[in-house]
Amino acid sequence: MQIKGTELFVKALNHEGVDTLFAYPGSYDMDILDTLYQQNDIEVILPRHEQGLIHAADGYARSTGKTGVCLVTSGPGATNLVTGIATANYDSVPLVCFTGQVSTNLIGNDAFQEVDIIGITRPICKYGITVRHREDLGRIIKEAFYIAASGRPGPVVIDLPKDMMIAMGDDAYPETASIRGYKPNAGVHNGQLNKVVKMLKAAKKPLFLIGGGVHTAAAGTSLTKLVNQTKVPVVTTIMGKGAIDTANPLYIGNLGMHGIYAANMAVNHCDLLISIGTRFNDRITGRLDTFATHAKIIHIDIDPASISKNIKVDVPIVSDAKTAIDALLEMTDCCEQQEWIHEIYDHLAADHNAAAKESSLPQKIIQQINTLFKDVIVVTDVGQHQMWAAAHLHLSNRKKLLTSGGLGTMGYGLPAAIGASLGNPDKQIICISGDGGMQMNIQELATATAYELPIIICIFNNSYLGMVRQWQQLFYDKRYACTCLRKKKSCQEQCQGPGLQCPEYSPDFIKLAESYGAYGIRVHHPNDINAAFLKAMNNKDAPTVIEFIIDSEELVLPMVRGGQSLENMILDY
Amino acid sequence: MTKRWISLYVENQIGVLAKISGLFSGKSYNLESLTVGPTGNETISRVTIGLISDDATFEQVKKQLSRCVEVITVIDFTNKPILIKELMFIKIKNCTAEHKNQLFQIAQTYQVSPVDYGKNSLILECVLTEAQNDHLIKLLNSLFGECEVVRGGSVAIESI
Repeated sequence: MQIKGTELFVKALNHEGVDTLFAYPGSYDMDILDTLYQQNDIEVILPRHEQGLIHAADGYARSTGKTGVCLVTSGPGATNLVTGIATANYDSVPLVCFTGQVSTNLIGNDAFQEVDIIGITRPICKYGITVRHREDLGRIIKEAFYIAASGRPGPVVIDLPKDMMIAMGDDAYPETASIRGYKPNAGVHNGQLNKVVKMLKAAKKPLFLIGGGVHTAAAGTSLTKLVNQTKVPVVTTIMGKGAIDTANPLYIGNLGMHGIYAANMAVNHCDLLISIGTRFNDRITGRLDTFATHAKIIHIDIDPASISKNIKVDVPIVSDAKTAIDALLEMTDCCEQQEWIHEIYDHLAADHNAAAKESSLPQKIIQQINTLFKDVIVVTDVGQHQMWAAAHLHLSNRKKLLTSGGLGTMGYGLPAAIGASLGNPDKQIICISGDGGMQMNIQELATATAYELPIIICIFNNSYLGMVRQWQQLFYDKRYACTCLRKKKSCQEQCQGPGLQCPEYSPDFIKLAESYGAYGIRVHHPNDINAAFLKAMNNKDAPTVIEFIIDSEELVLPMVRGGQSLENMILDY
Repeated sequence: MTKRWISLYVENQIGVLAKISGLFSGKSYNLESLTVGPTGNETISRVTIGLISDDATFEQVKKQLSRCVEVITVIDFTNKPILIKELMFIKIKNCTAEHKNQLFQIAQTYQVSPVDYGKNSLILECVLTEAQNDHLIKLLNSLFGECEVVRGGSVAIESI
């Protein structure tokens, strides 16, 4: 049977099990939206900006394990996706992004709202292609969903010229995709795993280093079994946190620039590092030639290009995390190293002492979230609040963290929380953002209100772009260039840094929340945190913004200065 | 840092060449030469790439290329016997009769062919290795002043 391109598009989405589509209209996707309007299987969500749209699809994908799907128009609609595509690419999130395009006969003419979005996104997506023949449409969509979700997942961009979408053509949608240049690795090399087992037996100080790949592979339960069986302690990257319950006695904490002291010491003192699903990003390793110098390194990753890219490893294993962990479960037994665990616990005591001593407002807020919420997805923006959340949140099977780890995209938090809320209507969604990041996609408050999403949005307002301010304080002799968000033209001359003389913060987040139809609560004192959360939990018909007034000079500690060894942690200031 | 040669089979599609060359520029790999052309199968193109890198970077280059959906096969020519040649045309201008005689002798010695001939100028077609072509350019420039050179980049195939 002959059907329109738009009809095959909707049929394809149905076959791929898409229930939610994040879309923004324009000249070159309105034909598709018109066809979508005439069906009820796919819910079409309208965010208020395409950047918010793609982060919402990203949050939806990360929190449900499904592929996030975006539909935007050509030109500016497409270019507004760029930051979100790069964000998803760095954190291996499966997205299929459909962009409208001018008709094929106009491509290259500098037509109205024409951009080469495939060219623009080529280095930041897993795959991108323009549909140039109506007969290719079904195959290309099938391949897009297959590529996005398989192997190391990532964003795929499909450019849809208008004439392709209105042309009549075959209604067939392929059952399977087979791409000769793309064969993601399946299975695991047993010879390599045997080496792991031998090395694990011989090791005196073994350590697991767990990255986001374990979440992607849904291998948390398998990992927990393996850890409990082998009694090998665990450190995580920010992306890997929560793969094992943070209450597990063998869980140490995050490592890296803003990791905890005990985790960094463990990495630098271990004699065997079994890393799974991480790419040894510079924020994790610190100075490379001082990283884990006493250890043999095993690296399990689905992406061969991630292995021995930054760190030369002794045993490379190309495999899906779950496949490899399940195989190791069969092959290993207990190899408890009490002395090693006690050595780590001694370092942990130092962390606990430091934390107890500080116990700042941000930390108290996170602790309150830990206490009050049993079934929760926390979504952060990027900056100091993200590091506080990553350090202090308790995570488990029922408590998840979504964060832009690789790209560090400010403006990610609120829209991603909206996506998570749409995908998980039964869970409490908490967005933790800063006053800077919140304003990068604040228009999405309208989306959250429109869809009546009871998200609790915590704004950690310290009047500054706090993470950069922290670096300025510690490493730039307190020259606060471009980081004060209260600064006005009239206070340029006499500015002495943050203080009572500063102008009022603009905007007033509470009034702003209320103008969108959301609830607003402002919290100044630690004693009011609990009541604010309790009130917010009861607001079921709209989001609640809780603005926490944070001291401007609050620091994220401990930290390792960029490019320094993990040993050189700044613990106190 | 070593000179290396690899060959790719890729999808004969719009944008594939941009993808491969973009990978080299985006990741700061040192691309020396790249040639591309169709194969017997019209859906597949063959690419020959010459690059200079250390061992670790070379491993990354191969992995990153393999990772591209559009790249079907990556062939590493390191430690493999290969046939490798580069086509070069070189135009020598302002030649006297004596210069031309000399050029015919050079052509015979280097096994390159004079393929075009004018009153004051001459074109040599050279199918040599990249290093031999480099050497010939140097020689001709020293004898006849700056010559006009166009090089096609090397193509390589594994020996039988």
